[in-house]
Amino acid sequence: MSEPSAAIRVRSLRKAYGEHEAVRGLDFDVMPGEVFGLLGPNGAGKTTTVEILEGYRERDAGDVEVLGADPWQAGTAHRERIGVVLQHSQLPPLLTVREVHSMFAGYYERPRDVGEVIELVGLAEKAESQVKTLSGGQKRRLDLGIALIGDPELVFLDEPTTGFDPTARRSAWELVRSLRSLGKTIVLTTHYLDEAQQLADRVAVIREGQLVRIGTPQELIGVAPEVEVRYREDGRDVVLTTSEPTRLLAELTSAAVADGRELEGLEVRRPTLEDVYLGLVDEEAVE
Amino acid sequence: MSSSTAEGHSARGAGSRGGLARSLALLGHEVRMQQVLFWRNRESAVFVFVFPPMLFLLLGSVYSDTIDGERAVNVLLIGMLGYGCANTALAGLAISLVVRRESGMLKRLRATPLPAWTYLSAVVLSTLVVFLLQMAVTILLGFLLFDADAPVTWVGLVLVLLVGVAAFAGMGFGVASLIRSDEGASAVVNLIVLPMAFLSGSFGSTNDYPEVLQKIAEVLPLTYLLRLTNAAYLHGEYLTSDLTAVAVLVAWGLGGYLVAAKRFAWQPRER
Repeated sequence: MSEPSAAIRVRSLRKAYGEHEAVRGLDFDVMPGEVFGLLGPNGAGKTTTVEILEGYRERDAGDVEVLGADPWQAGTAHRERIGVVLQHSQLPPLLTVREVHSMFAGYYERPRDVGEVIELVGLAEKAESQVKTLSGGQKRRLDLGIALIGDPELVFLDEPTTGFDPTARRSAWELVRSLRSLGKTIVLTTHYLDEAQQLADRVAVIREGQLVRIGTPQELIGVAPEVEVRYREDGRDVVLTTSEPTRLLAELTSAAVADGRELEGLEVRRPTLEDVYLGLVDEEAVE
Repeated sequence: MSSSTAEGHSARGAGSRGGLARSLALLGHEVRMQQVLFWRNRESAVFVFVFPPMLFLLLGSVYSDTIDGERAVNVLLIGMLGYGCANTALAGLAISLVVRRESGMLKRLRATPLPAWTYLSAVVLSTLVVFLLQMAVTILLGFLLFDADAPVTWVGLVLVLLVGVAAFAGMGFGVASLIRSDEGASAVVNLIVLPMAFLSGSFGSTNDYPEVLQKIAEVLPLTYLLRLTNAAYLHGEYLTSDLTAVAVLVAWGLGGYLVAAKRFAWQPRER
């Protein structure tokens, strides 16, 4: 049993579309105030899982609780408490940024101040511009502003930076961090590893609808003890992996010094989440 | 599947505070937003709002004399009120719903506390506002330019057209539920509305039409809306004078709502 205080509780969740089993028995908890990342390749079942949590899809089996309610049965009072950024959804292109915020603010009993939210998501200069004139990154920030307008406790972000250039991605990350500092619980799906590593307190790696591993980014990296040592010799790349990098380096360097050679391009790499993740995904693929 | 989302969301009422007052405030807010969205979109505002009065101007300039024993301008005015009703409530409503569904806008709205019935009621009410304005403009043009006669009963006329808007809005919801993509939406909808208007006699007498076409017209809802509008406008009769016509019109409207109840989706038809 999970602690009753979990913001989200998922047990043995299953969902199939016809023959295709998109989610095959997921279990996880999301604690209040944490940024929880659902990480996996395209088609892993991330969006299906999130849409079940948002109340868009009915599960086939398992238990799901979001803020103490079954999202499929929950009514308008429940929706006062959640904010949603969908992967694909266009807001009315001919309304201004301010008008769209006011429109959605009208749906909530206790909305946040429209001007404040526009400021928060960095669209103050665009407040009077029509939605259709916004860049891709600005539209995503508008989506986020709309998700925050009802002052939700829990925010779902489905691939919030897909298609962003690196600068836009960094500023979106800053925004998610500022949400976290406001005490929001955030569920984030992404297929970008660096994004999960940068933002998430805990990451669930899923593949083919199943949980492969769950933990903090550090824990996931810690799972793989191997360190990579690379250098170039006779024009070839040499890559050695070891669990005892100190000894390996000492051997390599003392041999090189004794021969009066230079180890060209010597590099010691700790694994990133990406290496771990690809390892996990490959492992599964072999089975 | 996606079509059953509405049930999943509507389990509880309109929020904890102030019940009815809150519901009405939400409805008012959404009708206002629907109006802003409608008028902001110039292309669709022209198509839905301007097109019927414009056709009236053209036809009114061409026909003088009489049509089926009545002054031509009166008959054309009545025809355009009927066509305007179908064009606004069926065509306009269906196209905008499909576009909003396929863009993900409707799906996004389902994540807010706005109840489904509030949204759909606001769509119908906003359509009604647009149509009543259009009706006023068309009649005013008739008075000013063609010396059209005033309706014998204003109340009877408005009642007929209210039933018309409700019925054609039902067909609009039904058609929107059946159209799969936003690209084809306006083509499909016009393929329904324009021939129907022609066959039902919106653009003039159907007495010289081949018998086959006249037979087809006998099952079309617009035929019966025009019959009722005609009776109110020219003869001062109320809905109760022709219950058969009311029944056919209502049956078409209910059919539309039933299709929508089964097939209406809030999410894009991507799968």
